[in-house]
Amino acid sequence: MLLDFRGVTRVFGERTAVSNVSFTVDGPCFIGILGRSGAGKSTLLRLMNRLTDATAGEVRFKGKDVLSLKGREKRDWQGQCAMIFQQFNLVPRLDVASNVLHGTLSRRSTLATMFSFWPNADIHRALDILDRLGIAEQAPKRAEALSGGQQQRVAIARALMQDPQIILADEPIASLDPMNAQVVMDTLRRIHEEDGRTVIANLHTLDTARRYCDRVIGMRDGRVVFDGTPEQLTTGAARDIYGADASFSEATTSTAIEAPDAEYAATMMA
Amino acid sequence: MADISFWPEPEKRPAIDTRAHYLDMTRKKRMYGGILLVVFVALMASGFRLAEMRNAGDFLAGLPMVYQFPAEVLSEAWAMRGNLPGLFLEFVPSLLETINIAGVATLIGALGAAFLALLSTRGLAPWPWALPLYRRTMDAFRAVPEIVVALVLIYIFGGGPVPAVIAIALHTCGALGKLFSEVAENADLKPVEGLASVGGTWPQRMWLGIIPQVAPNWLSYALLRFEINVRASAILGFVGSGGIGYDLKIAMQWGAGKYDQVVAIFLLLFLTIVAIDQLSGHYRDRLVKGAKP
Repeated sequence: MLLDFRGVTRVFGERTAVSNVSFTVDGPCFIGILGRSGAGKSTLLRLMNRLTDATAGEVRFKGKDVLSLKGREKRDWQGQCAMIFQQFNLVPRLDVASNVLHGTLSRRSTLATMFSFWPNADIHRALDILDRLGIAEQAPKRAEALSGGQQQRVAIARALMQDPQIILADEPIASLDPMNAQVVMDTLRRIHEEDGRTVIANLHTLDTARRYCDRVIGMRDGRVVFDGTPEQLTTGAARDIYGADASFSEATTSTAIEAPDAEYAATMMA
Repeated sequence: MADISFWPEPEKRPAIDTRAHYLDMTRKKRMYGGILLVVFVALMASGFRLAEMRNAGDFLAGLPMVYQFPAEVLSEAWAMRGNLPGLFLEFVPSLLETINIAGVATLIGALGAAFLALLSTRGLAPWPWALPLYRRTMDAFRAVPEIVVALVLIYIFGGGPVPAVIAIALHTCGALGKLFSEVAENADLKPVEGLASVGGTWPQRMWLGIIPQVAPNWLSYALLRFEINVRASAILGFVGSGGIGYDLKIAMQWGAGKYDQVVAIFLLLFLTIVAIDQLSGHYRDRLVKGAKP
């Protein structure tokens, strides 16, 4: 068993953001977490990566509880469990390659990073990863000079640099236009299929979840209210997840492009 | 949902006379402004009378004499203006000593300030419970004037540049620490979070996530402090730490006959501060916009 969530709970003051979440993941797969704003999706991912501490519960990764790790061990776990953010969270003033190299921080000494002593092998690997994601020519530019879609790919490159077993993506496409969103989701799917890494992504459109995920988990008010395959995610199930009434229509929020425009996609990728 | 976000028809709107209401508001604001002005003038007048009573001499009677001393100094210096180039050269070594004291003190102080600032900024501090401790430490460093610290240290170590460096560095640490911390408070935390998610240590997160963001502002504050420290270092010369302040003290105490030296020293200090100001602008621009190709 790869991952085992047991009664994970997080309380912020009076409010319970994540309430007694339990589920298991048997092997590498692509999981989408759905739910409206404030349902606890982000908190759940942040708990896993240890950016936020849990109030109660365990997350076992290959049998070892990662929520109780401290110091060196905690940073090692963070090294294996990469995170991608809605706002990319890159260092805007540093160049793209340095941002990718930050993926190795958990293995490097503080003094070496202060003077940018990256091993040549790591630099080559960073450039190879950028090449794989189609943004190799951006390597010397400052991260802030790139478009949103390119910055998100840099963030994915940083995650790949960590060589993680699990990639957590917190609303990875929520601040991107539909074309860039597709590029980013395709990239994540490819990483899952080619490298066999598990991807857990918070999403907020149903069609994205149906198209890319092997398994969908729905959250409402901190609890898991749906856990199944994309085929089981009917409009009725979606209404349950979002707590909506019969007036709920997928067409209002959907960003699906029925026939992908190959030419436009090519210009956006360039 | 949609229909309530629009106003009703004009004749159905609630009858509020906007014009009269607004004019009323303006009248009130004007009245408050007028009252504040009267209070301010009254306070200033009474305060001046009190200060005048506490004064040893008479301020108004002494007012015309204010120009006498500078006029005397300048006229004597003008008469001996031929000496000025030679005096400049003569005082350059002591000016360098003063600048060195200020430079070393600013560097040490700014390093200390950077640590204290990061330790005392909400959201960045590794030990948030110790925040007040570091803040009060900076307050204490700032509260004690350089000259007091220098006098105590000169008493212990004897005169020289080292007590001056320590005194100025301590004060700089407190003053810059507060400013640095205010800059760091406004820094974007997203990069820090990104670095935390890959397992970076606190120093790594600060060095890669915060320092690149705050460097231009920190540098600009540090250079401003350097400018202030050149002046402080010159003043400490008066109490025996050497440098150009010592020469100024000798020249001023001598009085008439050495005013050309006084003017030469003031001109040198002025030029130094102008030079630092220009340099600071130049380097700040480079840091913000990147080196010109």
